[in-house]
Amino acid sequence: MSAMAPENAGKSRSEIQSEFNQVVALRDVSFDVKKGETFVVMGLSGSGKSTLVRCLIRLIETTSGSIFVEEEDVTSLSERELRDFRRTKISMVFQNFGLLPHRNVMDNACYGLEVKGISRLERYEKAQKMLDLVGLNGWEDSRVSQLSGGMQQRVGLARALAVEPEILLMDEPFSGLDPLIRRQMRSELAELQKEIKKTMVFITHDLDEAVTVGDRIAIMRDGEIIQMGTPEEIILNPVDDFVTEFTEDVSKERVLNVSAVSVDPDLIWTHSQDLTKLKDDLNTAGAQHVAFVNESGNSLGVLMRNDIEQIASSEELDHMLRESSPAILNSSNVRPAILKLANSETPVPVVDSQKKLLGVITQSSILKSLAE
Amino acid sequence: MSTTDKEIENLKTGTSRRVNISLKKIYFPSVVILATIVLSTMIHGAGFEFALDFPIDTSKEIEGFLDDSVDWIVINFGDFFDAISDALKVVLGKLRDLLVWIPWPVMMALVFIIGWKVASLKIAAMSVIGLAILATVNLWEPTMVTVAIMIVSVFLSIVVGVPVGILAARSDAVDTGIRPVLDTMQTMPSFVYLVPGIMLFGLGNVAAIFATVLYALPPCIRLTNLGIRQVDASVVEAGRSFGSSYMQLLFKIQIPMAIPTIMAGINQTVMMALAMSTIAAMVGAGGLGIEVLRAMGQLKEGEAIIAGCAIVILAIIIDRISQGYIENRTS
Repeated sequence: MSAMAPENAGKSRSEIQSEFNQVVALRDVSFDVKKGETFVVMGLSGSGKSTLVRCLIRLIETTSGSIFVEEEDVTSLSERELRDFRRTKISMVFQNFGLLPHRNVMDNACYGLEVKGISRLERYEKAQKMLDLVGLNGWEDSRVSQLSGGMQQRVGLARALAVEPEILLMDEPFSGLDPLIRRQMRSELAELQKEIKKTMVFITHDLDEAVTVGDRIAIMRDGEIIQMGTPEEIILNPVDDFVTEFTEDVSKERVLNVSAVSVDPDLIWTHSQDLTKLKDDLNTAGAQHVAFVNESGNSLGVLMRNDIEQIASSEELDHMLRESSPAILNSSNVRPAILKLANSETPVPVVDSQKKLLGVITQSSILKSLAE
Repeated sequence: MSTTDKEIENLKTGTSRRVNISLKKIYFPSVVILATIVLSTMIHGAGFEFALDFPIDTSKEIEGFLDDSVDWIVINFGDFFDAISDALKVVLGKLRDLLVWIPWPVMMALVFIIGWKVASLKIAAMSVIGLAILATVNLWEPTMVTVAIMIVSVFLSIVVGVPVGILAARSDAVDTGIRPVLDTMQTMPSFVYLVPGIMLFGLGNVAAIFATVLYALPPCIRLTNLGIRQVDASVVEAGRSFGSSYMQLLFKIQIPMAIPTIMAGINQTVMMALAMSTIAAMVGAGGLGIEVLRAMGQLKEGEAIIAGCAIVILAIIIDRISQGYIENRTS
């Protein structure tokens, strides 16, 4: 009797292990990765995340299930087709680099191209571009053992990129590095990804990393995906205690958008209206600040009540609006908004891409949403 | 009461658990030893014939079978072995002539340059001093003959050993299959190889080369196997992920990364081949080995010691140069 038999589908991982002496590495794992998306798989060691990424490139064969890249089922490729698939469509960056110690940096970066049978001149040219891209210009002739961990992983990245794959698999690429270097490499990768826009499956055990690089995150435990969603969804609505424990270490402001923390202004004032009426309205509404808009609803700025009371002419008002804090985009991250707010004496207006006023962020609105 | 307290208490009262266990350990062996002595005495006393001499003796049959097999091979494949023998004789002869033909200053300069480039200046200088000692005791020519035999033996060992080692590394079945063969080759007294060597290839250098190759082959196979198996699995995995074929994996990753270990195996092969040179001299191999044997036969112990030391010096020169090469490559 096999552990794969349908009647065993309901059994737990430990039941199957004691009954068949086999470990369930992955079970019921289904997900789609969109073109150009960075999909992060996160979990502790033993959760099956490394097995998962190796199944995608068939370094580990799946016992059942399918993996589709575009229309093609990877699990049904022949030996030869698999080789071509690995040579052209997909490449991988490894946790412990997997570099060839007997070769220099350039010949390491070339490896994928060399295996493909590309001429020496052409592969040097292509690999050079990638080495420049990852910041290793001038290190081509060094032995890889002479490089620091961070630089070795840059070689690994250049090697993976040199074959111009559509899909990039990253198996905990930064886990072996010092924390400082790790953070630096992470943000560099995020920058790089904006430029190269590869479809990426990124494995990590660090939610902080997942949130920085990921468009979507899947959290795994015991071979199963327990939650999948955008960083914001996962941090704001963790599905169970296990996920909550992870999210506690991640600061919320990393995933919050400005729109999530903005509130309605105390008073919206269309600029063309009479100034004396504004002062009356201020008193009746008891407003502390006023957001000014033009006739089409575009934000002009936010002013405090005290300042408005001292304004004598509309020229003076125009001048003060020009001096007031510039608006912030509703889709941008909350972190730069906090900085802006700290340097401003007034609330900061929030606008959409058409400059239309959507709300304001105030010190209390941000503090409230971060404390939740 | 904690465990330690209990143990201290036990030690005081002499009832330590450790003492109890060691009593049990002694009990069984002492019964076995006692039984052995009693049984043996009884059998000798009673004079049981069948228990004193083993009732079956098959040695004659097996010996006869092995003799017949070797004879059969010699009769049926004689031409084949003669052809190999002739070819080897030619190659060895030319190589020996070449080495002897090169004048000593040229040879010393050559060794110096090789030692310097491959290992270090210090090793190069020491090698030349070593060669100079060999020349001053009038053993230059035998040394060159030994070197020629060694080059051929080691070359054959590598040609056979490295591919077999690679096969053994790539297939567990091959590895399991050849392991007892290698164990036999390494533990079998090397004299045993000499007679079949003579019967197959005739008296002389080729039989000596045959015996030397059999003796020197195992470390080459073993260390090639080990070297390839030791290659970091994560690097091999990375190689596979880029779509390497079987051959690309072997020649671009596994063999290059195993080179230091393979070189250590070759170094071992060279040393074992040198160790065989005296034994090989018994079947007619020339060189330093025959000098040792002849001096021994004539009871000229001084000459024998000098020739023996010459083999040691030659071994040290070759070893230091090849070790230097391995070190330079790995660092």
